[in-house]
Amino acid sequence: MESKINRYSKQLILINSFFILAWLIISVFPFIWTFWGSFKVKADFFSRADWMFAVTGVNTLIETGDTSTVKAYVESWTEGEFWKATMNTIIITVSVVTISLFLGTLGAYALSRSTYKYTFWILIAALIFRAMPHITLVSGYLFPFFQLNVWGILPTTIIVLVAINQPFTLWLLYSFFKTVPKELDESALIDGCSYFQAFRFVIMPVMWPGVVTAGLFSMMLAYNDFTVTSLLLNQQNYTMVPKINAYLGTIEHSGNYMWAVSSVVSATAPLFMIIMFFQRQLISGLTAGAVKG
Amino acid sequence: MPHRTFFWFFFPSGLAMLLFIGLPIISSFFQSLHIEPEQILMEVEKCDPFGCKTETKVDIEATTKLQEEQPLGRFNGLGTYGDRNHLAFDEIKEAWTNSSSIAEFTDTLLNLPFYKALLFTLTFCFAVTPPVVVLGFIVALSVNTITKSLKGPTIFGVILPMIVTPLIGSLVLFWMIDAKGILGSFIQFLFDDPNLSLKSSSQLTWITLIIYGIWHNTPFAFVVFYAALQTVPQDPIEAAIIDGASRYERVRHIVIPHLYPVATFIILICLMDNFRVLEPIIGFAAEGVAQSLSWMIYNDLRSENKMLFGSAGATSMLTIIGVAILLTPVLIRTWREFRTER
Repeated sequence: MESKINRYSKQLILINSFFILAWLIISVFPFIWTFWGSFKVKADFFSRADWMFAVTGVNTLIETGDTSTVKAYVESWTEGEFWKATMNTIIITVSVVTISLFLGTLGAYALSRSTYKYTFWILIAALIFRAMPHITLVSGYLFPFFQLNVWGILPTTIIVLVAINQPFTLWLLYSFFKTVPKELDESALIDGCSYFQAFRFVIMPVMWPGVVTAGLFSMMLAYNDFTVTSLLLNQQNYTMVPKINAYLGTIEHSGNYMWAVSSVVSATAPLFMIIMFFQRQLISGLTAGAVKG
Repeated sequence: MPHRTFFWFFFPSGLAMLLFIGLPIISSFFQSLHIEPEQILMEVEKCDPFGCKTETKVDIEATTKLQEEQPLGRFNGLGTYGDRNHLAFDEIKEAWTNSSSIAEFTDTLLNLPFYKALLFTLTFCFAVTPPVVVLGFIVALSVNTITKSLKGPTIFGVILPMIVTPLIGSLVLFWMIDAKGILGSFIQFLFDDPNLSLKSSSQLTWITLIIYGIWHNTPFAFVVFYAALQTVPQDPIEAAIIDGASRYERVRHIVIPHLYPVATFIILICLMDNFRVLEPIIGFAAEGVAQSLSWMIYNDLRSENKMLFGSAGATSMLTIIGVAILLTPVLIRTWREFRTER
């Protein structure tokens, strides 16, 4: 709603455009740079002689015969077994999103429809749980997991990530279900539905906007996690992020460092695509609960 | 909703949280009361053509046996909390009596692992948060004024640093800041010092980490402020325009007061999230000069053959106390909100 008197002066627009442009460069340029550099050899990406080498690819031309190369990608995906890490990430992400949405919708629906006081305490407990640094939880897991012999495998990590994710999912879906009119499912109850039927046939068809947002956040948590996956999985089962860290840790043999660079690009690209599609949901989720203020 | 129905709806989610968030905290505490068994040493006589020598060796068999009997180690009470790597009571007492000045005492104190980590964690939290709030607000104000068709792509660009995981984000910056990277060479050129490297001194590394923190956290503040800006009432602004208020005055006296509650929310979340800083330290390979509380725990758990569960548990407990202190205002706020809703 722009009123006529509230027009911006030319100067302001100019300053503003410059500022936004500068800020965009700060936030986006590092990614473009890494993307570009991932097609070069190490001598170019980390060039002591001249940083322009990374743009022109002088050493890449000498080493491979072309100004850009996909060598790092090919090697990291095959020799570096990044395909395996990708598979693991996909398995973990899909399972975590599915399970945590299943548990979260049921729990949050109950929380939003119950009028008893304990719902408040459950939500407070969830808030406290959400604030726990993940590493402190991991320090609690390791010993029992070793004793039970479930350390290092994917299912354990999936369950742990689902649990860590629950508090946020519950809060998000709770505030979403609060916006769904109570009359909707109450009328179904009066018509003789059980609570579960009301949930299944009345709430489920209208809950998808909230579920997409919650799913997006679950996905980001599972996809991006480093603390849990790096300490609870064994080397063979590593997901992408700990795998990248492992590339850096190994003794630097020729191309290894570029494996990490190319893997960073391989890991971020799908994430950016997804966010591009679901940007609106992401923002609505981040602001839920904040704007009411 | 009747209690029974509520229970069955909530049961799976509640069970997951109880088992994997509630129990680990208790398990962590329990671990912190124990200490790893000492390795049993034995003397072995080693003979070669030049004579016999006695060597002290780890008796692997006996050690494994002891470990099997007591996998968690022996009970140590609150001993781990007071040792040199945690609260270090003895060392502090000693430093207090031996130091000639306060400066010397603080110096000794901040060289103890726990206090060193605490200092970095708190510095990081409190250095990152204010710029994040200010920058987030400015970016939100200026994105709010651009043409509608450009808003979508701009917002996408601005939120990118927040979407990537901190490890990847810090690596991407680290590679540019590296002495051989583009930013690193630019800084060398700027200060005309070919040996300048941001990794060379601890202060510079801290500053780099803080700049990374600002870069990573500003998008969050931006998004929340941006959404809140959409709810600023238009009537008072129009009235202010009619009364001849300048743009600055309008922002200062109408928009900012409207956003105060949102700002406190951002500050609290920001403090809480940065208190657990871990990945940037790994990404920037800054372990040598900057350790955080989370990093201390990570370090205790990282080695595959000898994990220090006791030490990690104790640091975890102390970290949780820190989080609890930061969390109190959030809890009070939520409590008030619930009160008003009822």
